[in-house]
Amino acid sequence: MKIGIPKEIFEDERRVAATPPSVHKLIGLGYEVIVESGAGEAANYSDAAYEKVEAAIATDTSSLWKEADFILKVRAPMENPALGKHEADLMKEGAFLVSYIWPAQNPELLEKLAARKITSFAIDSLPRISRAQKMDALSAMANIAGYRAVIEAANHFGRFFTGQVTAAGKVPPAKIMVIGAGVAGLAAIGAANSMGAIVRAFDTRLEVKEQVESMGAEFLVLDFENEDGSGSGGYAKQMSEEFIKAEMALFAEQAEEVDIIITTALIPGKPAPKLITADMVKSMKPGSVIVDLASERGGNCELTEPGKVAHHHGVTLIGYTDLPSRMAKVASELYATNLVHLLTELTPEKDGKPVVNMDDEVIRGLTVVHEEDITWPPPKPESPVSPKPAPGTEEPSAEAKAAAKKHADRRSLIGKGVLFVVTALALYGVGAHAPESFLQHFTVFVLACFIGWQVIWNVTPSLHTPLMSVTNAISGIIVIGAILHLAQAENIAVGIMAFVAVLIASINVGGGFRVTHRMLKMFRK
Amino acid sequence: MSTGLVSVAYVVASICFILSLGGLSHQESARRGNLYGVAGIIIAVGATLASVDGGITAIVIAVLLGVGIGIPIANKVEMTQMPQLVALLHSFVGLAAVLVGFSGYIEPLIATSGTEHTIKLVEVYVGIFIGAITFTGSLVACGKLDGRIDSKALTLPGRHLMNLAAIIVCVFLGAWFLGTESMALGIVALILMTAIASVLGIHLIMAIGGADMPVVVSMLNSYSGWAAASIGFMLGNDLLIVVGALVGSSGAILSYIMCKAMNRSFISVILGGFGQTSSSSAAADADQTVHESSVDDVCEELRNAQSVIIVPGYGMAVAQAQNGVSEMTKILRDKGVNVRFGIHPVAGRLPGHMNVLLAEAHVPYDIVLEMDEINDDFPDTDVVLVIGANDTVNPAAAEDPGSPIAGMPVLEVWKAHQVVILKRGMATGYSGVENPLFFKDNARMLFGDAKESIDKLVSGLRG
Repeated sequence: MKIGIPKEIFEDERRVAATPPSVHKLIGLGYEVIVESGAGEAANYSDAAYEKVEAAIATDTSSLWKEADFILKVRAPMENPALGKHEADLMKEGAFLVSYIWPAQNPELLEKLAARKITSFAIDSLPRISRAQKMDALSAMANIAGYRAVIEAANHFGRFFTGQVTAAGKVPPAKIMVIGAGVAGLAAIGAANSMGAIVRAFDTRLEVKEQVESMGAEFLVLDFENEDGSGSGGYAKQMSEEFIKAEMALFAEQAEEVDIIITTALIPGKPAPKLITADMVKSMKPGSVIVDLASERGGNCELTEPGKVAHHHGVTLIGYTDLPSRMAKVASELYATNLVHLLTELTPEKDGKPVVNMDDEVIRGLTVVHEEDITWPPPKPESPVSPKPAPGTEEPSAEAKAAAKKHADRRSLIGKGVLFVVTALALYGVGAHAPESFLQHFTVFVLACFIGWQVIWNVTPSLHTPLMSVTNAISGIIVIGAILHLAQAENIAVGIMAFVAVLIASINVGGGFRVTHRMLKMFRK
Repeated sequence: MSTGLVSVAYVVASICFILSLGGLSHQESARRGNLYGVAGIIIAVGATLASVDGGITAIVIAVLLGVGIGIPIANKVEMTQMPQLVALLHSFVGLAAVLVGFSGYIEPLIATSGTEHTIKLVEVYVGIFIGAITFTGSLVACGKLDGRIDSKALTLPGRHLMNLAAIIVCVFLGAWFLGTESMALGIVALILMTAIASVLGIHLIMAIGGADMPVVVSMLNSYSGWAAASIGFMLGNDLLIVVGALVGSSGAILSYIMCKAMNRSFISVILGGFGQTSSSSAAADADQTVHESSVDDVCEELRNAQSVIIVPGYGMAVAQAQNGVSEMTKILRDKGVNVRFGIHPVAGRLPGHMNVLLAEAHVPYDIVLEMDEINDDFPDTDVVLVIGANDTVNPAAAEDPGSPIAGMPVLEVWKAHQVVILKRGMATGYSGVENPLFFKDNARMLFGDAKESIDKLVSGLRG
């Protein structure tokens, strides 16, 4: 199957969906790869670099679209003004597509794709579960956007981020407020913090407090009884009116104090919440900067102009919608890697033939058009997943775990009960029938077992071999029994047996302790 | 020496032994622990010698001869042969228990009658039974570890029934033994039982595969303790009972820890026959390819890495590559690379086997970590070097529910950016299970003898 990498036609889009290293991996999956000439130019990947990894270069746009069975793109398919045709119509019927699609905002596009029987994977609809993290392009791009937001802010801000005491006077550090501590927010906090600014962050989800603090920012807490804003899939949900009021009061107070505000607040499927009012902007110090990362979805600030830098009341409002694209090289690299991971999942046989397994939760979530059917939205996820699950570990569902645990508990309870009854009976039998002398020894035996039990659990695993050899040496104590017999032996057979027993038990004692000593001598820090 | 003094000496000896085991909980106090053990045994033997009336010459000769044989063996043995030696020493305890048991039956030290006599006979019988199983079982384990006996599990048809039958016969022989008045008949019963128990010991251990050896060795360790304890009951000697119980419970706990590390029940390990009949549900496809790497490439990767985790297995022990590994660790650490070791609880053929080998090669023990300590760090690791480990790094345990080793906790090396596997060929591990790790995209194979490969890497890294 042939994978096509077209040049992005969206204005100012510099990213490309495949880099030379990713093309190499795609070919390893059994695909052929065609790259449109100049596709990687804006991201500093030359045609020659692609040719070097054995990709074919298509000089002409329409031939690439016509030939490819599987299109990898960044932006959603759109009208190509040069050819006068929509990209979805340029594609082969029955082909595959991976790109951003934003199915909730683009129902017409879905219909168009379905009409052409184009199986489409919307990388923005990836379920947020840990297994899918390696394909999470939204996070990868948000990370870049967060970093770049700080750089843009610094560029438009007339002071140092870090406070300095110089011979020419004292410079205060910049104070930055980050609203929304998702991936972008956290990346912004990290970047700003490392440049020396004082960073504060706010998020409606209380659970991110720890993450915020781990990045070195102060977590702003509302004076409001606890309402947690965690919604399904680790995203924020819409909050109650009172909460928003309290929130706005906090922002108003902070706006007067901070120099830079970076907003990243988004609620899935809804326009961005308006958090910074015109009055707040007015109250900010002249020369302050606001970077609105939600500007593509309307902006968190009332005065944001999407895609542009605006100036109001002496405040610079940055509304760029293409922050990842402004760092096209790294953005392409990460996006291309996300896509390689996706294609690896899609091509389990590595034979260049994608298999759409609709039973797989990840694939199901991504697939917005399957052949001629629109398969968006996917069935709702059942339980909320924590926003930053430990990488790579996949947990079975909570219910299955609980059921399994219950089952195991019951079994172990039965086992314990049986053990208890048997032990009680055995003890009764011993107590009722055994003579006094035996019981004394029995007491010693049982207590010794318990001491052994207590002591051994403390032994560090790296010392298990020495433990074994030392217990082995100690069990040579049986030599005592042999000695007692040898001392009183009357029968020659007993004498010989006892002699041999003393001899081999002594070998055990000598050898065991000596070898343990040798081993322990080697352990050193 | 009076009986009272002997008893006190025995109490002191018991305390020494407890302190000895307690001392092993940390590396710092471990050596002192061993000395406590030596002190305990010297006190115990000394007190016993002082209390007996005759036969001192024979005893002293036997003890000196035994120690004189034991210490040179222990001095000479290679650290890689440690498991065999430990197994062999277990068999000695088992044999001694059998011999003392017979002596105790023929010439009882304490005259008994009535119920006490019956109980004593039971103690003799049980002591010899456990001793005999320990003796032959340990010999087989030693042979398997040494490679003299095929380490594959021997699975005879109906082996569980055979074992069960052997135990039932032993129980009946025991009833007969208790019922008979005649010493000659009693000895016949004992000898018959010993023979059956010996065969049982052989059969039990033959049926256990090489991968389960750590469990087997610690299980036999436990048996040798119980044998000593039952001899202690027979002689009415509390010191033997205490020590036997200490060793017995220690071995039992170790076996339990090992079983847990393999996610298998103790019963299923003892019954054996693992990995022979079952085949992986996800048999490797013929067209799956492995990526081969070269010494130069691996050197390059190691040089550029910031963090490296080395996962050694039995293969490192076999190839005696631990010194080269240590050398390589030193070079990399001098270059500022964060090198650590990840040790699976059942790596090697003894619990803690790898730790001993690495310690021998002077790898600092604070960079040698357990599976639980290091498993979360693999995703942030640049290069993982797997040296002669196989089943303990098998992703099938985590990913393929149909695999015979499913659910066994493994070192998740495949999550690292790059895994380099040093291996002689594509053979399976002891469990006989195919390892999908080798076919992963981030896995590279470096074929060859582990020692040679490591030596080449060392000279490559120097150059």
